[in-house]
Amino acid sequence: MHPARSVIFFTTASGAGYGLIAWFGVLAALGLLPADRWLGVAGFAVGLVLVVLGLLSSTYHLGHPERAWRALSQWRSSWLSREGVAAVLTFLPVGLFAIYWVILGSNSGFAAVLGLLASLACVVTVACTAMIYASLKTIRAWTCAWTLPVYLLLSALSGAVLVNLLVQLWGLPLQGDLAWAVTALFVAAGAAKLLYWRDIDRGQSVSSAESATGLGGLGRVHLLEAPHSESNYLMQEMGFKIARKHAAKLRRLALLIGFLAPLLLTALGQAAPGILSLVAAIASVPLLGFGLAVERWLFFAEAKHVVSLYYGESRA
Amino acid sequence: MTSLPRDPSPVKLGLVIDLDICVGCHACAVNCKEWNTSGHSAPLTDSDPYGADPTGVWFNRIHTFEVVKEDGDSRTVHFPKSCLHCEDAPCVTVCPTGASYKREEDGIVLVNAEACIGCKLCSWACPYGAREYDEDAGVMKKCTLCVDKIYNENLDPRSRVPACVSTCPAGARHFGDLGDPQSEVSLLVAAREGYELMPEQGCRPVNRYLPPRPKRAAQESPVAPQLVPEAADSAGLLARWVDRALSR
Repeated sequence: MHPARSVIFFTTASGAGYGLIAWFGVLAALGLLPADRWLGVAGFAVGLVLVVLGLLSSTYHLGHPERAWRALSQWRSSWLSREGVAAVLTFLPVGLFAIYWVILGSNSGFAAVLGLLASLACVVTVACTAMIYASLKTIRAWTCAWTLPVYLLLSALSGAVLVNLLVQLWGLPLQGDLAWAVTALFVAAGAAKLLYWRDIDRGQSVSSAESATGLGGLGRVHLLEAPHSESNYLMQEMGFKIARKHAAKLRRLALLIGFLAPLLLTALGQAAPGILSLVAAIASVPLLGFGLAVERWLFFAEAKHVVSLYYGESRA
Repeated sequence: MTSLPRDPSPVKLGLVIDLDICVGCHACAVNCKEWNTSGHSAPLTDSDPYGADPTGVWFNRIHTFEVVKEDGDSRTVHFPKSCLHCEDAPCVTVCPTGASYKREEDGIVLVNAEACIGCKLCSWACPYGAREYDEDAGVMKKCTLCVDKIYNENLDPRSRVPACVSTCPAGARHFGDLGDPQSEVSLLVAAREGYELMPEQGCRPVNRYLPPRPKRAAQESPVAPQLVPEAADSAGLLARWVDRALSR
């Protein structure tokens, strides 16, 4: 599948923003974050900017962005529509939670309930994003059972890395425990992604050139002549092949730089808290950002669509 | 509403494509483009049509496959493909706006260009590559089964079939109601063991393909009588004399 930059940015940025806000809600409800006004301003600003930029970017690849509101209507059948509805509804508890925290100076009691509601809404929205892909039977690499857990874990991880940075900057007592939680999330998300890759590598293809043409009873089928001499929309959108050539290298790169390096840094930072843990928290952001960008690029670029069976592939 | 019709009519309009006699001339694709570029989903935009890298929207494309048996015997099969107007059309249910819909009365799958936001998700959901995005109009386009032709009362009744069917010079394309077991197309499908493409994708396409007939073995092929030189002794006197003289 063609890896559109707008969709890669949308899924990673909004995933991180929703993750951050979700952790804010949960940690506040647990009484682990103080209702510090500037901590609230920083957290909600970063979270909401990521979410809003992501959502705007997702409308960027539309043919008619001005009609995007129409996408809220078909939630009965469409995961994309559900995602749109969830994204809009999420602003309500998140907005109220932010107002309570930043303006009224409270993140406990009723504000904590709002925080938990905001967290839940964030998780639901990210789950809807994942389901847009996971529900497409035409792309085996996406219907994989690991698609949803990976999206949720990566959103939780990227949000936690941002919360960890804020907690380190504010020097909050939570920093030790949170750093270990971030380390654990790095392990969990990295492991889930490895299992995802193992699954899509080992999985059996459902369709073949034989089933696509129905000519399997007569012999092995291969494309002799493409329908046109030039490329077409289907080949450009679904026939992306560059990634499969470099997939192994890119996967290693994403794991080493995006997951292993910040994981070790965060763990090391705990050995010598203070300046080192702050450096680890700061460095983790671009490292994970790079890892996520490569991971998400691969998620699209590695995915083979069954329509490629009509354009020369033998299995999909 | 992008949910599939809850109470669909028994009418299932669709195409039956005979792979045995398709000669791969692409006339159906050309006439499809010709009709539809001024029809329901007009225009079928071409980008850079006379340049180095022309691309454009087509509702119908003809692929050519080679099928090779284990013993190396092979045959060429021309394979026209357009929208199969699936009963469980995933392109319809994924649409977030309701632009993509399946008609209750005859099962034709259409796009309402006024409501399409151009998110392309329907084209991702379709296993058959039936949908093509119009970069210029910013909306998705697809085969309409010539909905503006098959019901057109201004046309002669014989012409009220999709453009690809009326133009096929080999008679490889048939149009009709596949929901009626007694219709001509249904009888044809039954007689020739017509099949659906990729049933494992679970879309329940309406269109059917008729398989190529088995190849005849070489000895039973009708061969034109070979020209055998006339036996020397049955030829005329002059010819025999010339033959003898020259054979010395």
